[in-house]
Amino acid sequence: MFRLETAENPQTLRRIAIDPVTRVEGHGKVTLLMDDANHIHQVRLHIVEFRGFEVFIEGRPYWEVPVTVQRLCGICPVSHHLAAVKAMDLIAGFGPLPATAEKLRRLMHYGQIVQSHAVHFFHLASPDLLLGFDSEPTRRNIVGVAQDFPEIAKQGVLLRKFGQEAIRHTAGKRIHGTGAIPGGMNKGLTQAERDEMRRDIDQMIEWALGAVHMVAALHRTKPEFYNHFGEFESSMMGLVDADGALDFYHGGLRALAADGSTIFDHVDYGTYEEVLQEEAKSWSYMKFPHIRSLGAETGWYKVGPLARVQVASRLTTPLAEIERKKMMQLGGGKPVMGTLFYHWARLIEALHACELIRDLLDDPDILGKDLMADRGERRDEAVGVIEAPRGTLFHHYRVDENDQVTFCNLIVSTTNNNQAMNEAIRSVATKYLDGREVTEGLLNHIEVAIRAYDPCLSCATHALGQMPLEVDLVDADGTLVQRARRNMREAR
Amino acid sequence: MTDFETFLLDGRPVRFTRGQTILEAALAAGHYIPNLCHHPEFRPHGSCKLCTVKVNGRLGAACTVKAMPGQEVASDTPELNGTRRVLLQMLFVEGSHFCPGCEKSGACKLQALAYDLEMLTPHFEHFYPSRPIDASHPDVLIDFNRCIMCELCVRASREVDGKNVFALAGRGTASHVVINSASGKLVDTDFALSDKAAHVCPVGAILPKRVGFAVPIGERLYDVDSISTQAEKRVGEEV
Repeated sequence: MFRLETAENPQTLRRIAIDPVTRVEGHGKVTLLMDDANHIHQVRLHIVEFRGFEVFIEGRPYWEVPVTVQRLCGICPVSHHLAAVKAMDLIAGFGPLPATAEKLRRLMHYGQIVQSHAVHFFHLASPDLLLGFDSEPTRRNIVGVAQDFPEIAKQGVLLRKFGQEAIRHTAGKRIHGTGAIPGGMNKGLTQAERDEMRRDIDQMIEWALGAVHMVAALHRTKPEFYNHFGEFESSMMGLVDADGALDFYHGGLRALAADGSTIFDHVDYGTYEEVLQEEAKSWSYMKFPHIRSLGAETGWYKVGPLARVQVASRLTTPLAEIERKKMMQLGGGKPVMGTLFYHWARLIEALHACELIRDLLDDPDILGKDLMADRGERRDEAVGVIEAPRGTLFHHYRVDENDQVTFCNLIVSTTNNNQAMNEAIRSVATKYLDGREVTEGLLNHIEVAIRAYDPCLSCATHALGQMPLEVDLVDADGTLVQRARRNMREAR
Repeated sequence: MTDFETFLLDGRPVRFTRGQTILEAALAAGHYIPNLCHHPEFRPHGSCKLCTVKVNGRLGAACTVKAMPGQEVASDTPELNGTRRVLLQMLFVEGSHFCPGCEKSGACKLQALAYDLEMLTPHFEHFYPSRPIDASHPDVLIDFNRCIMCELCVRASREVDGKNVFALAGRGTASHVVINSASGKLVDTDFALSDKAAHVCPVGAILPKRVGFAVPIGERLYDVDSISTQAEKRVGEEV
C-alpha cells in the first residue's frame, strides 16, 4: 500500500475534490481526505472518463487500426498512428522501411513532438509559471499570458502551427491523417512542402531555444522551490538507440533507478511483457504499470520528457544536448527528480525535435519516392512502441488468419506515469497543504504538479472489463440486498 | 423544328434520347441529381430514393422515370434537398458509419452526398447495429455495418459475374444482405476479387483486403471536387 493512497477511516474525514483538473488533456479529478486539523490522510488522482479502444478495436481489419486507434486522442494522434503502424508493419510481413518512408514518419513524429510540447507549455503550463501558481484564477490562462507576455504567447502559437504543418505535409491532415500505412507511407513530400518548412525551421529553433532559456531563468529565480516542488525518487524509462542516445521513433527500452543505475537496457520492446506488468485498481479507469522484477510497490516509474532526457546517454543534436547538460548539472551527478523539471526537459525536447526536423529537411532522402517496403512473411502478433510526447507508448496486437484483430493492449504514456502523478500530488499535498487552511491557490499547486506531466487522461483509459468493480444494492433501510463483484481479486 | 427532344430540369432545357431516364439524361447533360443506388451499367433499381424529383408536380425517382418531351422536372429545390437529407440521415443511423476510421472515407458516395447536401448531423437516434464482419475471404472483406442495401453487389454478381453470391433477406428494418453459401460466409462461395461485384459498392461495405488508406488525403475521389461538381464535369460521358 502506498503512502496516502488509502485512509484508514475515510468516513471520519473531510473530502475535498478538484473536479475537474483543468488545463490537462481529458477528464480527471483529485480527491483529498483531511481531518479537522487539515492533516492529509488520502490523496488520489482519479481518471473518470472511459474510452475502451482496446476492446472495440477487436474484430477490425489490421490495416484500419493505425487510422482508427489514433482517434482516441486529438492532441497526439500521430503517436498512436505510428505505434500502431509499426506493429502492423510486422503483422503484414513488411521488411525494413525504405529510408524515405522512415524519415517521413520521423518528420511526422517530430512535428507532433513540437506541436504537442508547444501546446502544453505555452497554452496549459505557462499561465502557472509566468503569472504565478496562486495568481488571480480568472486570468491564469493563455489569454492572461497573451495579455502580459504577448511575444511568448505568439511564439507558442506559431511553434504549434509549425509542428501541425509538418504533420499535415506527411499525414494529409493536421489531426487524424492517414500518412503511415502498413509497410510505409501513402504520401511523399513535395519540394514546395519541404521548402515551406525549411524556410521557417531556423526561426522555430531560435524560439524553442529561447523557451528553454526562459524556463532555466525561472528556475534561477527560486531554485529551492523549482528544484524540490513535487520531488520524489522514482525509476525512469525511455527508448534509446543502439548508442544510447534518445530516439523518439525507435529503439530499445532503457530503465534507470533513481540513483542513475541501470535496471534494464536495450530491451527489445517486443518483449515488454517480460519487463513490465500492469495492475488495475478499483478507484481509477487508468491501469498502474510497474517494472516486473521490482514488483508493484517499488517498480513504478516515470516516462516522458524528464525521464527520457535523463535515461538517454545524450541527445544527437548540438543545441539540445548543451541544454540537457545544463539541466542535469543541477542533479549533481544524479538524475533530477523535481516535478517542475518536466517543463524544462519538455522544452529541451521541443528544441531537439526542431533540430531533428531541420536535419531531415536538409536530407535529400526526404524528397524520395520509394515509400513502401517489400512484403515478406505475415505474423500473427506484434508490438509497436514509440516515444510519444508524454512518454513511452506501447501498442500490442494479435491478428488472426482472416486479418482481424483478436487482441489489443495499449499502455499509453500517461498510464506509465499513473503512480508517479499520484506520488507527485501526495508530495505537494504533504508539503504545501498539510495542516493549512485550503485555498484555491494551494489547490492549484496540486494541479500544477499534475500538469507538469502533461497527462492525456482520455488516452489512458482503456481497461474495459478489467477494472475491479463492486456494486451494492441496498434497500431503503440500508440493508444489503445484493452485491455484485468483478475482478475484485486484484483490487487494492 | 429540332432533331432532339428536351425536358426542363429546374427551368433549364435538357436534351434526351427516347428511352433515357430523367437521371441518365440529366447526368449526360452535366446536371447532377443526387443518387446512390444508380449505376450506369445496371438497370434502374429505384431503391434509395435519393434521386427523387418532382415531374410535373408529382414525385418520382429520376432513375426510373423515363424522360419525356415537355416534362417540367424540379430537383435542386430546398424541399427536395431537405427530404434527401432526411433519407441520408436515416441511412447513417441505420448502419454504423464511422467515417473517421473507414478506409472508403473520401471515396464514399454516401459520405460525399452528405457533404454535398450539407447534412450537418445524423439528427435521428442511432440504431448502433452490431453486425458481424465477414473477413473469411482471402481477398475481400465485407463490413455489413456499412451496407446501405443498394443491391449493386447483388445485381453485379447476378447480371455480370453470373454467380449470385449476394441476396437481400428479411423485411423492413430487418432487411439485410446475405451471402449464398451453406455457411453464409464469403469464403464458401466462388466470389473473386476480379468480380464486378467486388468493385461496385458505393460505400465501405465490400472492400479489397490489405490496401486500405493507400490513397493519401487530398488525392481521394471526392477530395478535389465534390460529387456534384464531378458529375457536372463529366458532360457527355455515359453516367
